[in-house]
Amino acid sequence: MTRRSTPSSEMVANRTTPPLEPSLSIARERAGTGETQMTVHNLYIFDRNGNCLYYNEWNRKKQAGISKDEEYKLMYGMLFSIRSFVSKMSPLDMKEGFLSFQTSRYRLHYYETPSGLKFVMNTDLSVSNARETLQHIYSNLYVELIVKNPVCSSAPSLDSEVFSSRLDAFIRALPYYSPRAA
Amino acid sequence: MVIFSVYVVNKAGGLIYQYDNYVPRAEVEKTFSYPLDLVLKHHDEKVVVSFGQRDGIRVGHAVLSINGVDVVGKNTSEGKDILEYLKDPSNYPVSIRFGRARLSSNEKLMLASMFHSLFAIGSQLSPEAGSSGIEMLETDVFKLHCFQTLTGIKFIVLADPRQSGIDALLRKIYEIYSDFALKNPFYSLEMPIRCELFDQNLKSALEVAEKAGNFGAGS
Repeated sequence: MTRRSTPSSEMVANRTTPPLEPSLSIARERAGTGETQMTVHNLYIFDRNGNCLYYNEWNRKKQAGISKDEEYKLMYGMLFSIRSFVSKMSPLDMKEGFLSFQTSRYRLHYYETPSGLKFVMNTDLSVSNARETLQHIYSNLYVELIVKNPVCSSAPSLDSEVFSSRLDAFIRALPYYSPRAA
Repeated sequence: MVIFSVYVVNKAGGLIYQYDNYVPRAEVEKTFSYPLDLVLKHHDEKVVVSFGQRDGIRVGHAVLSINGVDVVGKNTSEGKDILEYLKDPSNYPVSIRFGRARLSSNEKLMLASMFHSLFAIGSQLSPEAGSSGIEMLETDVFKLHCFQTLTGIKFIVLADPRQSGIDALLRKIYEIYSDFALKNPFYSLEMPIRCELFDQNLKSALEVAEKAGNFGAGS
């Protein structure tokens, strides 16, 4: 099963796209029939110091009730505490550590690169594993468009229009993304 | 398919019950000669490995015993500081046992309160209205399940990621709590649970859940 052609397919032209897992293709069918509301709510990218480098939302229904800056700090603080909590609680040595958590309404997926960059994505409950998606965002979007950009690299601010538009297109092209009816 | 431990937290965030069903202990004992090629440091009243991971001894592992005798915090059982002891070449060759440090009950209390807060923040940062707190937290070696009752008590179970039927198990633990703790006239609400029947029934519920792999409804 191939992805619909979108701007994001250009940049993966030189890489072999991994075949969609069976769960994702089933997910796409279900999303197509309108049975389940599958969606991505929002995405945060934090650097190793806790600064929020990027934030975007697609289907957010409820704001946190605090300013955006405070929300970024709270999110980062929560993730930092969860990581420390998990490393202490864990009965065995961990390799990858904290992966995701879920509440009654949403699921938060987490991916951290060895350089301390943190990708956080909130989706609805039907998405069980978005780790590959986040890894793809890191290696094919962030590394390609930000790290390799001589203008962006010196001060890692994600002020890149190309990055924002490619990322937006990529998220919208995900099999589990479907815009909610208003 | 294992259930590692059970925690019960009251509505103020204090730990009122804790049970470790299965604690896998990966410990490594090795004999070392001077100089020690691992870098050790003090952390949280323990001596942990900070660099030099090898042979099953990972970064973060604590010194558990020296020459077969368990250490006490940062010092050997005789009261000498471990790092000083290991700097002295006359003490070598020395046999040291490393492993994941066991959680002290204080640390468990702190972790339970930490989770209580994280549970609430998970609900606050929700992008959707009407979200509960964190009900399931997943890592690569364990899954933490949490059930919050209407009265604010949280039942937390740490289990193997592949273990199924934990939701039913959480409801069962709630049932056991209401039968053997709440109906006990000597038990005060929100206080630590010290009821023998609660312990016994909890243990048997865990055994059933582990054996079945899938906790059946209604027992």
